[in-house]
Amino acid sequence: MNIALGLIPLSLLMWAVTYPSRALPMLAPGIERLPNWAISYLRLAGPAALAALAATGCLLTSDSPPHLQLGAVPIAVAVCVLITWKTRQLLLGVGAAVILVAVARAAGAA
Amino acid sequence: MRDSLAIAAYAFPVGLVYGLATLQAHFSALDVIVACFVVLGGGAQFAAAGMVKDGAPWVAIAGVTLLINARHLLYSAAIAPYTSERPLRERAFMAHFLMDESFALSLAHFRRIGGFDRRAYWIAVLAVLIPWPLGSITGYLAAGSVDIGRLGLDVAFPAAMAALSLGMVSGRRDVAAVGGAVIVALGAGLVGGASVGLVAGAVLGPVFGLMVRPSDHDQSNEPERAEPAAEAGLP
Repeated sequence: MNIALGLIPLSLLMWAVTYPSRALPMLAPGIERLPNWAISYLRLAGPAALAALAATGCLLTSDSPPHLQLGAVPIAVAVCVLITWKTRQLLLGVGAAVILVAVARAAGAA
Repeated sequence: MRDSLAIAAYAFPVGLVYGLATLQAHFSALDVIVACFVVLGGGAQFAAAGMVKDGAPWVAIAGVTLLINARHLLYSAAIAPYTSERPLRERAFMAHFLMDESFALSLAHFRRIGGFDRRAYWIAVLAVLIPWPLGSITGYLAAGSVDIGRLGLDVAFPAAMAALSLGMVSGRRDVAAVGGAVIVALGAGLVGGASVGLVAGAVLGPVFGLMVRPSDHDQSNEPERAEPAAEAGLP
Protein backbone atom coordinates (compact mmCIF):
# COMPACT_ATOMS: atom_id res chain seq x y z
CA MET A 1 0.00 0.00 0.00
CA ASN A 2 2.86 2.34 0.79
CA ILE A 3 4.32 1.98 -2.69
CA ALA A 4 1.05 2.54 -4.56
CA LEU A 5 -0.29 5.44 -2.57
CA GLY A 6 2.83 6.87 -1.00
CA LEU A 7 2.44 8.25 2.48
CA ILE A 8 -0.53 10.48 1.77
CA PRO A 9 -3.01 8.03 3.40
CA LEU A 10 -0.80 8.09 6.49
CA SER A 11 -1.13 11.88 6.62
CA LEU A 12 -4.90 11.50 6.37
CA LEU A 13 -4.85 8.94 9.17
CA MET A 14 -2.79 11.31 11.32
CA TRP A 15 -5.25 14.08 10.55
CA ALA A 16 -8.14 11.82 11.54
CA VAL A 17 -6.69 11.20 15.00
CA THR A 18 -5.67 14.84 15.46
CA TYR A 19 -8.68 16.78 14.25
CA PRO A 20 -11.11 15.66 16.98
CA SER A 21 -8.88 17.04 19.73
CA ARG A 22 -8.59 20.32 17.83
CA ALA A 23 -12.28 20.62 17.07
CA LEU A 24 -14.40 18.99 19.75
CA PRO A 25 -14.16 21.66 22.46
CA MET A 26 -14.77 24.40 19.86
CA LEU A 27 -17.73 22.59 18.33
CA ALA A 28 -19.23 21.05 21.46
CA PRO A 29 -18.45 23.34 24.42
CA GLY A 30 -18.33 21.50 27.73
CA ILE A 31 -16.69 18.37 26.42
CA GLU A 32 -13.34 19.66 27.67
CA ARG A 33 -14.39 19.34 31.32
CA LEU A 34 -12.16 16.38 31.94
CA PRO A 35 -10.97 15.29 35.38
CA ASN A 36 -7.74 16.97 36.50
CA TRP A 37 -5.70 13.80 36.18
CA ALA A 38 -6.79 13.41 32.56
CA ILE A 39 -5.84 16.99 31.74
CA SER A 40 -2.46 16.47 33.39
CA TYR A 41 -1.94 13.21 31.49
CA LEU A 42 -2.71 14.93 28.18
CA ARG A 43 -0.24 17.70 28.88
CA LEU A 44 2.50 15.26 29.87
CA ALA A 45 1.93 12.98 26.87
CA GLY A 46 3.60 15.32 24.35
CA PRO A 47 7.04 15.62 25.95
CA ALA A 48 6.94 11.94 26.98
CA ALA A 49 6.26 10.78 23.42
CA LEU A 50 9.01 12.95 21.96
CA ALA A 51 11.49 11.83 24.64
CA ALA A 52 10.67 8.18 23.93
CA LEU A 53 11.23 8.85 20.25
CA ALA A 54 14.58 10.53 20.84
CA ALA A 55 15.72 7.75 23.19
CA THR A 56 14.87 4.93 20.79
CA GLY A 57 16.34 6.91 17.89
CA CYS A 58 19.74 7.61 19.41
CA LEU A 59 20.30 4.89 22.03
CA LEU A 60 19.00 1.76 20.27
CA THR A 61 20.62 0.13 17.24
CA SER A 62 18.42 -0.62 14.24
CA ASP A 63 19.26 -4.35 14.11
CA SER A 64 16.98 -7.04 15.51
CA PRO A 65 16.95 -7.47 18.43
CA PRO A 66 18.16 -3.94 19.16
CA HIS A 67 21.11 -3.19 21.41
CA LEU A 68 22.07 -0.13 23.38
CA GLN A 69 24.46 2.07 21.41
CA LEU A 70 26.82 4.53 23.03
CA GLY A 71 29.20 6.85 21.25
CA ALA A 72 29.14 9.92 19.08
CA VAL A 73 25.40 9.94 18.28
CA PRO A 74 24.07 10.09 21.89
CA ILE A 75 26.77 12.62 22.78
CA ALA A 76 25.79 14.76 19.78
CA VAL A 77 22.13 14.58 20.81
CA ALA A 78 23.07 15.73 24.31
CA VAL A 79 25.06 18.60 22.84
CA CYS A 80 22.07 19.57 20.71
CA VAL A 81 19.79 19.61 23.76
CA LEU A 82 22.25 21.76 25.69
CA ILE A 83 22.72 24.29 22.89
CA THR A 84 19.00 24.49 22.10
CA TRP A 85 18.19 24.93 25.78
CA LYS A 86 20.75 27.73 26.10
CA THR A 87 20.03 29.57 22.84
CA ARG A 88 16.40 28.58 22.07
CA GLN A 89 17.57 27.92 18.51
CA LEU A 90 16.75 24.40 17.38
CA LEU A 91 18.61 24.75 14.09
CA LEU A 92 21.78 25.79 15.92
CA GLY A 93 21.59 22.77 18.22
CA VAL A 94 20.89 20.34 15.39
CA GLY A 95 23.68 21.88 13.31
CA ALA A 96 26.18 21.38 16.11
CA ALA A 97 25.09 17.74 16.54
CA VAL A 98 25.46 17.08 12.81
CA ILE A 99 28.95 18.60 12.71
CA LEU A 100 30.01 16.61 15.76
CA VAL A 101 28.90 13.30 14.25
CA ALA A 102 30.41 14.15 10.85
CA VAL A 103 33.76 14.95 12.44
CA ALA A 104 33.63 11.80 14.58
CA ARG A 105 32.90 9.65 11.53
CA ALA A 106 35.61 11.31 9.47
CA ALA A 107 38.01 10.53 12.30
CA GLY A 108 36.80 6.93 12.44
CA ALA A 109 35.38 7.35 15.92
CA ALA A 110 31.74 6.59 15.04
CA MET B 1 1.89 41.01 13.63
CA ARG B 2 5.42 41.38 15.00
CA ASP B 3 4.99 38.19 17.06
CA SER B 4 3.73 36.37 13.97
CA LEU B 5 6.84 37.39 12.03
CA ALA B 6 9.00 36.01 14.84
CA ILE B 7 7.14 32.70 14.61
CA ALA B 8 7.54 32.64 10.85
CA ALA B 9 11.27 33.29 11.19
CA TYR B 10 11.82 30.10 13.17
CA ALA B 11 9.26 27.90 11.39
CA PHE B 12 11.33 27.95 8.20
CA PRO B 13 14.61 26.61 9.66
CA VAL B 14 12.77 24.00 11.72
CA GLY B 15 11.07 23.00 8.48
CA LEU B 16 14.51 22.50 6.96
CA VAL B 17 15.29 19.93 9.65
CA TYR B 18 11.94 18.22 9.09
CA GLY B 19 12.60 18.05 5.34
CA LEU B 20 15.85 16.29 6.07
CA ALA B 21 14.11 13.80 8.37
CA THR B 22 11.52 12.98 5.72
CA LEU B 23 14.21 12.34 3.12
CA GLN B 24 15.80 9.80 5.45
CA ALA B 25 12.38 8.15 5.79
CA HIS B 26 11.99 7.98 1.98
CA PHE B 27 9.04 10.34 1.74
CA SER B 28 8.30 11.74 -1.71
CA ALA B 29 8.20 15.51 -2.15
CA LEU B 30 4.42 15.29 -2.43
CA ASP B 31 4.24 13.31 0.84
CA VAL B 32 6.17 16.09 2.57
CA ILE B 33 3.92 18.85 1.29
CA VAL B 34 0.71 16.95 2.05
CA ALA B 35 1.90 16.15 5.57
CA CYS B 36 2.68 19.81 6.23
CA PHE B 37 -0.79 20.97 5.20
CA VAL B 38 -2.89 18.01 6.37
CA VAL B 39 -1.23 17.04 9.65
CA LEU B 40 0.09 20.50 10.49
CA GLY B 41 1.77 19.45 13.71
CA GLY B 42 5.56 19.59 13.90
CA GLY B 43 6.10 17.13 16.75
CA ALA B 44 3.79 14.50 15.31
CA GLN B 45 5.24 14.96 11.83
CA PHE B 46 8.78 14.51 13.12
CA ALA B 47 7.66 11.44 15.06
CA ALA B 48 5.96 9.94 12.03
CA ALA B 49 9.05 10.47 9.89
CA GLY B 50 11.18 8.59 12.39
CA MET B 51 8.66 5.77 12.73
CA VAL B 52 8.24 5.39 8.98
CA LYS B 53 12.02 5.17 8.69
CA ASP B 54 12.01 2.37 11.28
CA GLY B 55 9.19 0.54 9.48
CA ALA B 56 6.66 1.01 12.28
CA PRO B 57 3.05 -0.02 11.56
CA TRP B 58 0.72 2.84 10.72
CA VAL B 59 -1.51 2.05 13.67
CA ALA B 60 1.44 2.71 15.99
CA ILE B 61 2.14 5.99 14.19
CA ALA B 62 -1.52 6.96 14.60
CA GLY B 63 -1.36 6.12 18.32
CA VAL B 64 1.73 8.23 18.87
CA THR B 65 0.19 11.07 16.84
CA LEU B 66 -2.91 10.91 19.02
CA LEU B 67 -0.77 11.19 22.14
CA ILE B 68 1.46 13.98 20.89
CA ASN B 69 -1.45 16.03 19.57
CA ALA B 70 -3.81 15.39 22.49
CA ARG B 71 -2.72 18.73 23.93
CA HIS B 72 -4.79 20.44 21.23
CA LEU B 73 -7.85 19.45 23.23
CA LEU B 74 -6.71 21.91 25.87
CA TYR B 75 -5.94 24.63 23.33
CA SER B 76 -9.34 24.23 21.70
CA ALA B 77 -11.05 24.43 25.08
CA ALA B 78 -9.24 27.68 25.85
CA ILE B 79 -10.14 29.22 22.48
CA ALA B 80 -13.75 28.02 22.56
CA PRO B 81 -15.21 30.87 24.67
CA TYR B 82 -13.96 33.39 22.09
CA THR B 83 -15.28 31.53 19.06
CA SER B 84 -18.65 30.40 20.43
CA GLU B 85 -20.56 33.07 18.48
CA ARG B 86 -19.01 32.11 15.14
CA PRO B 87 -20.89 29.86 12.70
CA LEU B 88 -20.35 26.13 13.18
CA ARG B 89 -18.79 25.74 9.72
CA GLU B 90 -16.26 28.48 10.39
CA ARG B 91 -15.31 26.96 13.75
CA ALA B 92 -14.90 23.53 12.14
CA PHE B 93 -12.58 25.03 9.53
CA MET B 94 -10.63 27.08 12.05
CA ALA B 95 -10.07 24.01 14.20
CA HIS B 96 -7.90 22.33 11.58
CA PHE B 97 -5.38 25.15 11.90
CA LEU B 98 -5.23 25.18 15.69
CA MET B 99 -1.62 24.40 16.62
CA ASP B 100 0.89 25.52 19.21
CA GLU B 101 1.77 28.74 17.44
CA SER B 102 -1.67 29.87 16.27
CA PHE B 103 -3.03 29.09 19.73
CA ALA B 104 -0.32 31.00 21.58
CA LEU B 105 -0.55 34.06 19.33
CA SER B 106 -4.32 34.27 18.98
CA LEU B 107 -5.23 33.54 22.60
CA ALA B 108 -2.88 36.29 23.77
CA HIS B 109 -4.50 38.68 21.28
CA PHE B 110 -8.08 37.66 22.16
CA ARG B 111 -7.36 38.22 25.82
CA ARG B 112 -5.81 41.59 25.09
CA ILE B 113 -8.81 42.85 23.12
CA GLY B 114 -11.39 40.90 25.12
CA GLY B 115 -12.94 39.12 22.15
CA PHE B 116 -12.54 37.25 18.88
CA ASP B 117 -10.56 38.70 15.96
CA ARG B 118 -10.77 36.64 12.78
CA ARG B 119 -8.03 38.53 10.96
CA ALA B 120 -5.59 38.04 13.85
CA TYR B 121 -6.34 34.31 13.98
CA TRP B 122 -5.55 33.81 10.31
CA ILE B 123 -2.41 35.92 10.47
CA ALA B 124 -1.25 33.66 13.30
CA VAL B 125 -2.05 30.60 11.19
CA LEU B 126 -0.25 31.93 8.11
CA ALA B 127 2.84 32.64 10.21
CA VAL B 128 3.34 28.86 10.21
CA LEU B 129 1.36 27.68 7.21
CA ILE B 130 3.67 29.45 4.74
CA PRO B 131 7.20 28.98 6.13
CA TRP B 132 6.68 25.45 7.52
CA PRO B 133 5.99 23.68 4.19
CA LEU B 134 8.41 25.98 2.39
CA GLY B 135 11.23 25.16 4.80
CA SER B 136 10.35 21.47 4.72
CA ILE B 137 10.47 21.11 0.97
CA THR B 138 13.64 23.19 0.78
CA GLY B 139 15.33 20.92 3.34
CA TYR B 140 14.07 17.84 1.52
CA LEU B 141 15.38 18.94 -1.86
CA ALA B 142 18.69 20.25 -0.54
CA ALA B 143 19.48 17.13 1.49
CA GLY B 144 18.76 14.87 -1.47
CA SER B 145 22.03 15.76 -3.11
CA VAL B 146 24.36 14.78 -0.26
CA ASP B 147 25.59 11.64 1.55
CA ILE B 148 23.47 11.76 4.71
CA GLY B 149 25.45 9.21 6.72
CA ARG B 150 28.91 10.57 5.94
CA LEU B 151 27.86 14.11 6.79
CA GLY B 152 26.25 13.02 10.06
CA LEU B 153 22.85 14.29 8.97
CA ASP B 154 21.14 11.16 10.33
CA VAL B 155 21.61 12.52 13.85
CA ALA B 156 19.36 15.49 13.03
CA PHE B 157 16.16 13.60 13.76
CA PRO B 158 16.86 12.21 17.27
CA ALA B 159 18.61 15.46 18.15
CA ALA B 160 15.59 17.51 17.12
CA MET B 161 13.24 15.19 19.02
CA ALA B 162 15.31 15.40 22.19
CA ALA B 163 15.50 19.19 21.99
CA LEU B 164 11.78 19.56 21.30
CA SER B 165 10.96 17.28 24.21
CA LEU B 166 13.18 19.16 26.62
CA GLY B 167 11.71 22.41 25.33
CA MET B 168 8.35 21.26 26.68
CA VAL B 169 9.68 20.53 30.17
CA SER B 170 8.64 23.15 32.67
CA GLY B 171 8.48 21.43 36.05
CA ARG B 172 9.01 18.39 38.20
CA ARG B 173 6.15 16.44 36.63
CA ASP B 174 7.48 16.98 33.11
CA VAL B 175 10.93 15.80 34.19
CA ALA B 176 9.41 12.64 35.71
CA ALA B 177 7.30 12.01 32.61
CA VAL B 178 10.25 12.47 30.25
CA GLY B 179 12.59 10.38 32.42
CA GLY B 180 9.98 7.65 32.79
CA ALA B 181 9.31 7.64 29.06
CA VAL B 182 13.01 7.22 28.27
CA ILE B 183 13.47 4.35 30.74
CA VAL B 184 10.34 2.52 29.59
CA ALA B 185 11.12 3.12 25.91
CA LEU B 186 14.62 1.72 26.22
CA GLY B 187 13.55 -1.25 28.35
CA ALA B 188 10.63 -2.19 26.11
CA GLY B 189 12.63 -1.36 22.99
CA LEU B 190 15.42 -3.79 23.90
CA VAL B 191 12.83 -6.55 24.22
CA GLY B 192 10.30 -5.78 21.49
CA GLY B 193 12.02 -3.35 19.12
CA ALA B 194 12.09 0.43 18.73
CA SER B 195 8.41 0.82 17.81
CA VAL B 196 7.20 -1.12 20.84
CA GLY B 197 9.54 0.88 23.03
CA LEU B 198 8.31 4.15 21.59
CA VAL B 199 4.64 3.41 22.17
CA ALA B 200 5.27 1.99 25.65
CA GLY B 201 7.32 5.03 26.63
CA ALA B 202 4.79 7.47 25.24
CA VAL B 203 1.85 5.81 27.02
CA LEU B 204 3.51 5.07 30.36
CA GLY B 205 5.82 8.10 30.64
CA PRO B 206 3.01 10.47 31.69
CA VAL B 207 2.05 8.02 34.45
CA PHE B 208 5.45 8.65 36.05
CA GLY B 209 4.69 12.36 35.90
CA LEU B 210 1.31 11.92 37.55
CA MET B 211 2.94 10.11 40.47
CA VAL B 212 5.00 13.20 41.31
CA ARG B 213 3.68 16.15 43.26
CA PRO B 214 3.52 19.21 40.95
CA SER B 215 6.09 21.95 41.45
CA ASP B 216 5.41 25.67 41.06
CA HIS B 217 6.69 25.49 37.47
CA ASP B 218 4.46 22.61 36.41
CA GLN B 219 1.83 23.55 33.84
CA SER B 220 0.03 20.23 33.83
CA ASN B 221 -3.03 21.78 35.45
CA GLU B 222 -3.10 24.97 33.38
CA PRO B 223 -5.01 24.27 30.19
CA GLU B 224 -4.86 27.85 28.94
CA ARG B 225 -1.12 27.88 28.34
CA ALA B 226 0.66 26.88 25.17
CA GLU B 227 3.48 24.41 25.48
CA PRO B 228 6.60 26.20 26.74
CA ALA B 229 8.27 25.01 23.56
CA ALA B 230 5.89 27.08 21.46
CA GLU B 231 6.35 30.11 23.63
CA ALA B 232 10.10 29.70 23.40
CA GLY B 233 10.11 29.51 19.65
CA LEU B 234 9.95 25.77 19.00
CA PRO B 235 7.20 24.04 17.00
